Amino acid sequence: MKKQKLVMIGNGMAGVRTIEELLKLDPELYDITIFGAEPHPNYNRILLSPVLAGEQTLEQIVLNDLDWYKSNGIHLHLGKTITKIDRKERTVIADDGTVESYDRLLLATGSLPFILPVPGNDLPGVIAYRDIKDTNEMIDVATRYKNAVVIGGGLLGLEAANGLALRGMSVTVVHLAEWLMERQLDKTAADLLQKSLEEKGLKFLLKTSTEAISPNAIGDRVGSIRFKGGLEIPADLVVMAAGIKPNTALAESAGLHCSRGIVVNDTLQTFDPRVYAVGECASHRGTAYGLVAPLFEQAKVCANHLAEHGIGRYEGSVTSTKLKVTGVDLFSAGNFMGGEGTEEITLADPIGGVYKKLVLKDDRLIGACMFGDTADSTWYFKLMRDAQSVAEIRDTLMFGESNIGDVGHQGHNKAAGMTDADEVCGCNGVTKGTIVKAIREQGLFTLDEVKKCTKASSSCGSCTGLVEQVLMNVLGTDYSATPRKKSICGCSDLSHDEIRQAIRSGHLISQEQVRTELNWRTPNGCATCRPALNYYLISTWPHEAKDDPQSRFINERAHANIQKDGTYSVIPRMFGGLTTPAELRRIADVAEKYQVPTVKVTGGQRIDLLGIKKDDLPAVWKELDMPSGHAYGKSIRTVKTCVGDEHCRFGTQSSMKMGVELERMLFGMYAPHKVKLAVSGCPRNCAEAGIKDVGIIGVESGWELYIGGNGGIKTEVAEFLCKVKTDEEVREYSGAFLQLYREEAWYLDRTVHYLARVGMEYIKQKVVDDAESRKALYERLLFDLKDAPDPWKDFERAGVDVRQFKTIPIVEVGNV
Amino acid sequence: MSNSVQLDQWQKITTVEEIPVLGARVIAAPAGQIAIFRNSEDEVFAVLDKCPHKGGPLSQGIVHGKSVTCPLHSWNIDLSTGCAVAPDEGCAKSFAVKIESGVVWLSREELQATHG
Repeated sequence: MKKQKLVMIGNGMAGVRTIEELLKLDPELYDITIFGAEPHPNYNRILLSPVLAGEQTLEQIVLNDLDWYKSNGIHLHLGKTITKIDRKERTVIADDGTVESYDRLLLATGSLPFILPVPGNDLPGVIAYRDIKDTNEMIDVATRYKNAVVIGGGLLGLEAANGLALRGMSVTVVHLAEWLMERQLDKTAADLLQKSLEEKGLKFLLKTSTEAISPNAIGDRVGSIRFKGGLEIPADLVVMAAGIKPNTALAESAGLHCSRGIVVNDTLQTFDPRVYAVGECASHRGTAYGLVAPLFEQAKVCANHLAEHGIGRYEGSVTSTKLKVTGVDLFSAGNFMGGEGTEEITLADPIGGVYKKLVLKDDRLIGACMFGDTADSTWYFKLMRDAQSVAEIRDTLMFGESNIGDVGHQGHNKAAGMTDADEVCGCNGVTKGTIVKAIREQGLFTLDEVKKCTKASSSCGSCTGLVEQVLMNVLGTDYSATPRKKSICGCSDLSHDEIRQAIRSGHLISQEQVRTELNWRTPNGCATCRPALNYYLISTWPHEAKDDPQSRFINERAHANIQKDGTYSVIPRMFGGLTTPAELRRIADVAEKYQVPTVKVTGGQRIDLLGIKKDDLPAVWKELDMPSGHAYGKSIRTVKTCVGDEHCRFGTQSSMKMGVELERMLFGMYAPHKVKLAVSGCPRNCAEAGIKDVGIIGVESGWELYIGGNGGIKTEVAEFLCKVKTDEEVREYSGAFLQLYREEAWYLDRTVHYLARVGMEYIKQKVVDDAESRKALYERLLFDLKDAPDPWKDFERAGVDVRQFKTIPIVEVGNV
Repeated sequence: MSNSVQLDQWQKITTVEEIPVLGARVIAAPAGQIAIFRNSEDEVFAVLDKCPHKGGPLSQGIVHGKSVTCPLHSWNIDLSTGCAVAPDEGCAKSFAVKIESGVVWLSREELQATHG
């Protein structure tokens, strides 16, 4: 079949990103042609400021070199401007006469600088600040001339002014509004910014409008600039940075509907269904975005529709701003000016140069504006994007994430304060310098890309926040934040929630069904989505959906814990941490017979046999003759207990009995992540119930229940859920909470993450206040766990493929 | 020494049926532990059971498409070449496989311990 022809007008970041996403989805669908007006391949326009400031070179900012176009079979026309689109004939015509026909057309024409309509605006030395040509001219002028005037005190203008000043020019910034960056900052923050830039040598003329630009004495280029009110100052270079406007001339001439941008719908389609538009030229729901993060979100959606997958919608973005001027920390996002129905929390230290303002509405953070200390900007931005309730942390919100708990590890929680040699990712030994280098040299924008290329944050994930901070610091405004809706993996654009809902509402009971119904991109998923899907299926439709062992991580498939050398560890279950002399004797016998190199007591009150060969596992289990400890699973692990009132002189409740009962009840329970419980018999809490998913503390009059604790990567103290009287109530309430977690949490979320997402109030409502809901949850849990097989004993019912324990020996190879 | 494999130089290993779909078996050969994978299309691949990263047993990973994800640090290995998928780099030795009437054969020459 002949390929369809896709023509793209514009060769910038949003457009090329769309093509990249399209090639990922379907490299064979289109014959692709790209027209770019500039003579360069796609480069990182955002990094023009660091180039101007001398911190990077032009070569470093190329994103797709010419080889990339070639190897993807893209016909690239550089230095050609399209002058006409003939929608009837479906052709485009370039200024050099080149004609190209299309089946689908992608407009990515970007934006144009706004040039003030004043006399002299066409003199040599009057330029905009948009592309490589402008940047080169500015660098060149700085070596030969002295006085520069930048018109526009917005983001771009200030970055230009800073760059020119660093290159030795005397720079004056002229700004029409009352304060700098008035669309990103409030006056207080802007005043602080101005002060700090003045200390760097910049001069400012605010509330000033330009009247005329005049030539120099010889008349060969600009010489001075005059403002309303009569002030005239010398100018060897005038940079117009007074704003941009979507470049819609071509689209308008082709009769496409434009209104402050080429109007597109949620699938990035213009009014002509064959024509799409992305990037700064497109107007989506009345907004034309000028930052890279939303444009990349558009690119993803547009590519999906171009690839004829037809899923995914672009629903607008929350954007943030960060100035890329070294030594100036500034951040703003959302509605930072406030307004009716909003509340503000501010912290101002004008002498120390720190200002923070948070805007709240209905217990949600909706805007932030910060100067001087932006270390927590990523966190605030995340709270805004997730529209998470901040009611419970309102008191300490202003003091940042570090104040509401211990973030990161090893005390490092401020990326900006780290040196290049400091380690960001402790699991994979990745330093800040390595990450910064990868972001710059390989043109990375997202957390996922950094994970892939550097391995930082790809293991335990505790440094994710730090990596995001590094990204934000390097990219400034253009940090492409993880989208609000996080897709499960590269195989699908759907979120965990959407998939869970589809499985429930569509009564899907197999992975094949899920992947077909939900248009998976891969035939059998990947190592990320398969285990998640398997869990969602078996937890939503217990006794109905079939467990797929090949979709489980090796530990759950082999029912033991893989070690670095490929051997396994075996931990038999000891309910409540209780054992008997007979069990200990068998453990000792097995350890000797199989020459177990290491025998260790675990933190969960049981015994670990480490270094067992895989082929020996079935025999070891048989000879131990104890239940599986599930120490390897995203499942119930242990119920740790203290001695309690049976022996302890302080005990108020029978914690051992309670713990054993709970552990028996939960036997074989798979969950989104591991689940640990503890029962203490008195408030001295020797079982450490405060750092467990469900912690139970006996008091004279009954039991207190705590949830969402965690002693791992990031220590989290469990929160009080409720107090109950009887043992049966302990089982019902903790069972109901665990079932809620099992039904609603995303795969690999611990209870603490789930709790943070839905909030304590919600859980209390479902588990404590609403007795009917609690009983229903508890019943569903018991139904699911009914006759749960022991994978160490009942291979057939537990779905254990025993072939995996039989290495095929090839002792002798026949003659060659 | 010739690299091409003659018809009579194959050794019978097991049957396709004996390898779990989207799973693997391990064979202990003089050349080392070799993982034999079977994907959802019933294609069979043989790769040294040693991830080029830190030597993880690839046979224990999750198989998808024509790849396996190492169980230790989640490197993705292309089963047809034994090489890591970009941006990771490195290769595990891959072995020639012949399937005939559901029987899996490996090259005798390749199964031999490598000398030198």
